[in-house]
Amino acid sequence: MRKTECLAMILAGGQGSRLGALTKKIAKPAVPFGGKYRIIDFPLSNCSNSGIDKVGVLTQYRPLELHSYLGTGGAWDLDRNGGGVFILPPYAQEKGADWYKGTADAIYQNINFIEITNPEYVLILSGDHIYTMDYSWMIESHKMNKGEATIGVIEVPWEEAPRFGIMSTDKKGRVTEFAEKPSKPKSNLASMGIYVFNWKFLKRYLEEDAKDSVSNHDFGKNIIPKMLAADAKLFSYAFDGYWKDVGTIASLWEANMDLLKENPSLNLHDPLWKVYSVNPSLPPHYIASTANVTSSIVSEGAMIYGEVENSVIFHGVKIGKGAKIINSVIMPFTTIGENAYIEKAVVAQNCEIGSGAKIISEDNSVIVVPEGEVVLAENSSKQVG
Amino acid sequence: MKTVMGIIDLQENDKLIKEMTAKRPLAAVPFAGRYRLIDFSLSSMVNSGMDTVGILLPNKSRSILDHLRSGKDWDLARKHDGLFYLPPAEAENGLRNGNIQSFYRHLDFIENSSQKYVLISGSRIVYNMNFDNVLRFHQNTGADITMVYNMESTENTAGGTVIKTAENGLVQDIAVQAVTYEDAKVAMGIYLMDKHIFTNIVESCFSHGGTNFLIDGLMHVDDSYSIYGFKHDGYVARINSTASYYKASMEILNPEIWQEIFMNVDRVYTKVKDEAPAQYKKNAKATNSLIANGCVVEGTVENSILFRGVKVGKGVHVKNSIVMQKCDLQEDALIENVICDKNVVITHGKWLKGASNYPLIVEKGVVI
Repeated sequence: MRKTECLAMILAGGQGSRLGALTKKIAKPAVPFGGKYRIIDFPLSNCSNSGIDKVGVLTQYRPLELHSYLGTGGAWDLDRNGGGVFILPPYAQEKGADWYKGTADAIYQNINFIEITNPEYVLILSGDHIYTMDYSWMIESHKMNKGEATIGVIEVPWEEAPRFGIMSTDKKGRVTEFAEKPSKPKSNLASMGIYVFNWKFLKRYLEEDAKDSVSNHDFGKNIIPKMLAADAKLFSYAFDGYWKDVGTIASLWEANMDLLKENPSLNLHDPLWKVYSVNPSLPPHYIASTANVTSSIVSEGAMIYGEVENSVIFHGVKIGKGAKIINSVIMPFTTIGENAYIEKAVVAQNCEIGSGAKIISEDNSVIVVPEGEVVLAENSSKQVG
Repeated sequence: MKTVMGIIDLQENDKLIKEMTAKRPLAAVPFAGRYRLIDFSLSSMVNSGMDTVGILLPNKSRSILDHLRSGKDWDLARKHDGLFYLPPAEAENGLRNGNIQSFYRHLDFIENSSQKYVLISGSRIVYNMNFDNVLRFHQNTGADITMVYNMESTENTAGGTVIKTAENGLVQDIAVQAVTYEDAKVAMGIYLMDKHIFTNIVESCFSHGGTNFLIDGLMHVDDSYSIYGFKHDGYVARINSTASYYKASMEILNPEIWQEIFMNVDRVYTKVKDEAPAQYKKNAKATNSLIANGCVVEGTVENSILFRGVKVGKGVHVKNSIVMQKCDLQEDALIENVICDKNVVITHGKWLKGASNYPLIVEKGVVI
């Protein structure tokens, strides 16, 4: 059998509580994004396009919809003989059952799974980032540096640096210092939460960390600082494409709006780097003669009779005559009645917005309509906020 | 419907739609922005619960093989049953042609299947139908052979097979006509029968020198078998000429028909291409159009169908046209009443116009 050189593990168990109403019923990685995708499509497609054909997906919070979405991985071309997608929720062991207590603990609890594959390297990914990236270059760089760990980093604006885990590096890219959310950052290289580890090296640290009762069992907070303290060979790998953490409503909305620029920096139309998703089997969308759509993206099966400006319209959405959608994200199979007005909103899937309803926030923040909600014109003002 | 196997006969007459079928069979002609004609029959079979479908291949079959592959996108890549390819039989001494020869050659496949019935269909007709009703009708009437027809609302100069039925559905006459008139009962090329009856007809037809299943087979069964007609009430479009292709495409722009065919509980499946959602730029203006994923629209599109991955540049005007996969309409180009086959490039500022009742066809891959 072919040996798996690199096994990818996607951390997809987080509750995503900062996404509020959008993650009441589904896990964060299953949240719809960009007109036809779900967030997890990005790391999965990256794996598939990078030639990584064995991917563990660690799930925990509200996993059912995510599990059914992943299926056997066929949508990402990951239904492979002896490989493909492995769904890894917490499971009971002889000493009892335990939830994943942190990102490192989630991997620790799956040591058995990783040992079966026995890869040279493990690639740890997060299930809540939007980006397209060829991991094979990062792995190559890890090999060239003869590193024990390589951390994906991206330059962020200096004023935003205090929000991230910040890496300081020497000329060769070796990490000299790591500071989690520093108030006075020494560098503007932010950790992307993407790591390549030599498996044997990582395993040692995971086992030590598991014994540490005061640890948060988190890669950023515990594992990386411990490795750094032991003077391990940690390198950075700089990524210069589009990358966005969509952990909050505001950032999710922004990332959607980023797709609407005249020349979006995230190219979803690259024939050599397609982002895959589960296909809803819907026809091309219909734009009626009363419709007017500008600076927007629209997916299959949508029916548009109204006006859409600078918005993301998912598959199966219906927008009635005279309705106006501005700077908003309308998720799958939501119906918007005639003459409704929606501005700067994220309307989740399967909602019904009545005719004449008005959805706009009073304070310029992004307003969210949770999954399956029915909003009528009479009470639409109460919906605000 | 597990008791019914499907056979889609792709050896169809494509004489009247030559521009689009030079390199592909009729079944592989792109339709409605995303599909190929075969998708409609095949999806109806799958949605009816049939899980064995044989595809009787025509000579130029590469595009159809590339489209269907393992059958996975139709959920037909299965351990048992699933999708089967039936290659065309070579004409011996060049004397025999037609589908009887090919059916005859594959009779063992049909005999060895575990299903009781066989449902034969072509691919040129656009519909979304659940064959469950056809099977129930077949069993209730005790028919030996059931053929599906619909009532044509307009005259069709490309011709068709017109049938006459008694009140109980018994078929009294079958005639192939050059023109079918309003209110005619026109056969849809869909036949349901016990597989032994099918085998008998094919064998007898073959031994008597017949070549065509309908003309030499069904029309000559005399009284030995009873034939019943099942009326299908849904939308039907027959694609047998360039004019009918254009007409049906424009009909799909009617949201009621679009919804009936595509937004039905039973979906129409096709090969998945994983294109990004369509992108409308600042100056885009689209009205009464079907626009597939992967398109980037910067110009004006009206009463038109854009297939996957079409680029409509700045200042471009697309009117009453059908633009197939990956065409590139560059700045200030204008097309009206035009069908652009796949990968056509209309360069900067070129104008192309067809007649409103006869579109101009730009062949695959042409750069203008």
